[in-house]
Formats: sequence, C-alpha cells, structure tokens
Amino acid sequence: MRKLKNIFFVLIFSVIVLNSSNSAEKSPPFLETKWTFKGLFGKFDRASLQRGYQVYTEVCASCHSMKYLTYRNLAEKGGPEFSEAEAKAIAASFEVTDGPDSTGEMFVRPAKLSDKFVMPYANEQEAKAANGGAYPPDMSVLVKARKGGADYIYSLLLGYSEPPEGVELDDGVYYNKYMYGNKIKMPAPLSDDLIEYTDGTKATAEQMSKDVTNFLMWSAEPHLEQRHKTGFRVIAYLIILTVLVYFTMKKIWSRVESKV
Amino acid sequence: MSDHEYTPSSKFGKWFNDRLPLLTLANHLTDYPTPKNLNYWWTFGGILTFCLITQIVTGLVLAMHYIAHADMAFSSVEHIMRDVNYGWLLRYVHANGASMFFLAVYIHIFRSLFYGSYKSPREIIWILGIIIYLLMMAAAFMGYVLPWGQMSFWGATVITNLFSAIPLVGESITTWLWGGYSVDNPTLTRFFTLHYLIPFLILGLVVLHIWALHVPGNNNPVGIDIKKPSKDTVPFHPYIVIKDAFALLMFCIVFAMFVFYQPNILGHADNYIEADPLVTPAHIVPEWYLLPFYAILRSVPDKLMGVVAMLSAILILAALPWLDTSKVRSAVFRPLFRQFYWILVADVLILGYVGAMPAEGLYLLIARVATAYYFAHFLIILPVLGWKEKTTPLPLSITEPVLGGSPNLAAARSDEKIEKTIK
Repeated sequence: MRKLKNIFFVLIFSVIVLNSSNSAEKSPPFLETKWTFKGLFGKFDRASLQRGYQVYTEVCASCHSMKYLTYRNLAEKGGPEFSEAEAKAIAASFEVTDGPDSTGEMFVRPAKLSDKFVMPYANEQEAKAANGGAYPPDMSVLVKARKGGADYIYSLLLGYSEPPEGVELDDGVYYNKYMYGNKIKMPAPLSDDLIEYTDGTKATAEQMSKDVTNFLMWSAEPHLEQRHKTGFRVIAYLIILTVLVYFTMKKIWSRVESKV
Repeated sequence: MSDHEYTPSSKFGKWFNDRLPLLTLANHLTDYPTPKNLNYWWTFGGILTFCLITQIVTGLVLAMHYIAHADMAFSSVEHIMRDVNYGWLLRYVHANGASMFFLAVYIHIFRSLFYGSYKSPREIIWILGIIIYLLMMAAAFMGYVLPWGQMSFWGATVITNLFSAIPLVGESITTWLWGGYSVDNPTLTRFFTLHYLIPFLILGLVVLHIWALHVPGNNNPVGIDIKKPSKDTVPFHPYIVIKDAFALLMFCIVFAMFVFYQPNILGHADNYIEADPLVTPAHIVPEWYLLPFYAILRSVPDKLMGVVAMLSAILILAALPWLDTSKVRSAVFRPLFRQFYWILVADVLILGYVGAMPAEGLYLLIARVATAYYFAHFLIILPVLGWKEKTTPLPLSITEPVLGGSPNLAAARSDEKIEKTIK
C-alpha cells in the first residue's frame, strides 16, 4: 500500500502545483458569504434564485443581456423552478419580433417559453452608445468568465466606494476595489430597498447581491444540481468497485509470491 | 512471445485462424509474459489507452453538436452545456480528460526516465512515444481553440505566430496556416478538422507502440533482462489485467472528482468570454500541460531561437537513448543518476510554474536558469554520468530482490536498497 500512497501523494501534489499556478493575480480577499451550491451535495436556494431573477429583470436587464437563456429554463428542474404558468406569464411580459408571416411581414408578439431572453439592445454598438462606450457583458456565463466566480461577482457588487486619495476618476468611471484596475464604468447597481421583493424579504444591498449572484451561478451552470447528484453516485460506485477489484487482485496475486 | 505454437480448439476456430490469425493475437495478448515485479508506475500505459478511448468517444458525440464556425462555435458549446442531454457531462469529461491524459502521460514518461525504459532494445518504443506526445500536444492545442473563447483565440494567435519566426518564408507559412491574414473562421475550421484527425493517428501509433513493446517485452523496476516466460514473469491475463483495472479505477476516481466537482479549475476563466479580436486578455497563458515549454520559449530573448529552444526541448528526448551512456537501466542501481533525476523533475515543475507567471524580473531569471539546466541535464550530465558513475551491483534475476534472502552477500546487500527504493 505504500506505493499507492506515493501515487496519491504525487497526484495531490501536482494538483496543488497546478492550482497555485492558475491563481497568479492579487486582489483584496473576496467578501465571505455562504453559498448553498458549494460542496458535495450543493444545491441552489430556490427562493434566492427566484428573488435573484427579480433583481436581474428589474435592475440588471436594462443593460445586460442573457442571450443563452430561454424562458422555459425558469421552470426547469434545478433552477428557480417557477411554475410553468409563472414562467409563461414572465415570457408573455416581453415582446419579440417574429415572422415573416404569410404575407411576408414581420410582426411583434408576446414571448413564449421557447424564446430566448429578450436583449436590452439590438446590437453591441447600440449597447456601447447607451453606456458611455462600455459594453455591458452578456450575463449568461459571467460567473464562469471571471476569476473568483460567484465570490468575485458578489464582492464586486458590494465593492463600490469613494476613490482613495490620489486616484483621479473620469466622468462615468467609478471606483471598485475588486475590479481589475479598480476602475469600472458601471455605477453601483444595487442600494438598499432599490426593489421590493415579492416574497417580502428585506431588499438590502447584501441580500440582493447574494440573490442575483445565486441566479447568475445557476444561469452559468444550469445543470449544477444534477452534476453534484450524478457525481456523488459515480464516485460512490467507483469506490465500491475499486475495493472489490482490490480484493480480487489480492486473491489472484496470492497465487504468485510477488506482492501487489 | 510465447514459445509454444497456438492452435484453436474448435474446428471453425482453426479454419478462421489459418486465414486471419486473430485468435493467435488474442492468445498472445492474454499469455503475454510480463515481469511480475512491475510496480504501479507501470499501470499508466493502460490508463493512457483508456484516456485516448475516452477522448475519442466523447469527442465523437461532441462533434455531432458542435458547429465549427467563428460566429457559432461559442454558442454551440453553450448549447451543448445547456440543451444537449448530458452535454455538460460530455464536455466536462472531454475537457478534463485532456488534462488527465497529460497528467498520465507525464507520469508515464517520467517512469520511463527513472527506470531507463528508453534504453536498448526499446529505443523505437520510446521514439514512437515521443511522436505520440507531440501529436497529443498538437491535438490538445487545437482542441482548446474550438470553443472560440478569448483564450482560444489569443492562444491560437500566439502559437501560430511562432511560425512567422522562420526566416524568409515565416510570414507566408503563417498566412497559409491561418487561411487568411489573422486567426479567423478558416483557421477554426481547419483546426477542427485536424483535431478530429489527430486522435486516430495517435491510435495507430499506439498500436505500433504496443507492438514494439511486445517484441522485447516490458522493462521492469530492476531493469535487467529476464527470460520470458519464466518464474520471473506472469501471464498478462489475469495478473496484469486486474492490477491495471485497479489502478485505472483509482485514476477514474480522481478524474470524476474533477469532472463533477471542479470541472473548470484547470481551465482559464477568460475562455468563457467569446473571442474578440479587438480585446487582448491581460495574460495569455496556455493550458497547464504546455507551461514548461512555454517558459522555455519565453526565456530566450530572440523569437526564432526561442522557438528552436522549445522544439529542441521536446526533440532532445528522442535522442535520449544515445545521450544516456550508462549500461545500467534502472535508477535503482544508479545512486548519482537518481539525484539528478529528482533535480530534473523539480526543474520541470519550476519551469511549469514560471510559465504561468509574467515573463519579467525574477521569474524570467528563474526560467532562464531552469531552461539552461534542462538542456544541461540531457547534453552534459547524462553522457558524463554514464562514464563516471559507479553503479551498485545488479541482481542476477528479479526473483532475488522479490524473494530476498539470497546466499550471495553482495546481492543480498543490494536487496535492502532495492526494497527501499522501489517502494
């Protein structure tokens, strides 16, 4: 078994080496909060996802698109799990251009479950023009596209402050201690009681940041719950099989004097 | 090869086997005499075969859903992650599978370096292995380009630009590779085609690699020639099969932990941003398994010489059977070589680390020293060591160290050392 220990040691060592080599940049430590989706059995907090959608749609969606999400996703298992009727109602509150119809005309209709999330701007140029030249990134996979993931997004949302002495900011540029280079073109998007949660939760900036980050984590990784569930089963199965194979191997090798 | 001629028992079997000796091949593979003292470092050959098959199977299904077009590649990957049944699993297995493949191949290569498996009569196995390794790097690099994220695009730009360092024809070659004047849709489609092709080339080379292995048979931790079959060997089935299976399962547990719990930890966050030719990422870094070579490339101030150094760092391995002048294969009996071996391991790890860091200041200095040492190991230390080193006495057969208690005093003394070092 000492040989096996060696194998494990090397594996663990290389993983540590690789990890540290991937996290080179320095930024202040992220704000700490408890995420329910982390860990072996990590799951999303359903109510938080629903509130997070509310924050997204009432605040973020005026500038940020989510082009890879479909309204049906809102009712799917492992997500916010709105009822199908609720998801349909949400979809119907948006308008999409469809067509051409039988006369060759394009027409506007309420969105359906099968439609992608409606985008706030027609194209990137319009988005830039409306936001002082900065393009508000699409939020579908934003959590995975930033080093630090959910912790980073959460911290960034709460990381606004007055610039320290000696830092000059242009018009339309804000100071954020978690942003790369500390300068960000998005004004602080959340403040206490900015929105009114439908479930009566008090809408503090922390609460909204956490809810919307949860929502963004789900949108970036919609099958996270299934992944964790499958993963646990796969690994449990592999461990049992490994133990059985180990004893089989011992038995077979007992026929020769060599050790394994 | 077994001494006895194999004859199928059934009449049909005999008829078939006379025309296509598949049964003889199957018999050879099951009976194949294997040294019984192989340790777990020898299980990575089987693990690598598993990795290759996994990549081919998952890749095949991914290719059914992926769209190789600059405007659609990124969203087709998101389609796989969201809408394809178990698409997330396929993609994460494939992406992490590449890392696991390289992890296994590095262990496999360093096992060979430690036990002198590249030495006569196994040079061809070794050189085939180096070609496989080169193709693996090409396949991995092109595969990383396919999701068309920021790191895909800019990694492709940096690597293909290396060809422009070739004097006179460099620029033309780069344009030819790109299929245009920058990395764009034609580059993506050809990379996809080649990424699909290379695994099958690797598969063919793997067959040759194993074929070449079955001629002299496996090396072993003691590194001495053994008679096959003899009391020093066991038939491949069931002894090695079950042992390889056990090791493979342990490997799969680690693999699964990455796939299901940290699927993105080995990748770069920037690759979840769609490729944008107008925005250069702050740091362009390749995947972890290419970092040591990236460090060598950047440690040379001249672009052309950097490329030459990087290529030489890989190709020098092909000359290894002739650079290592020692007659003794296994490091177990080479006390000095053993120390230099571990220094080399540390050197490569250091190169990997500085490869991920910005090429400036102390990092650059470390990279230069480590690069110089890497070449010195192969070009100076190994040849000299072969002449100068006093090796410890070799046992007469592998049964001695395995059983212990040899009447020969010298061999008995070396036994203890063997026991210590093998474990």
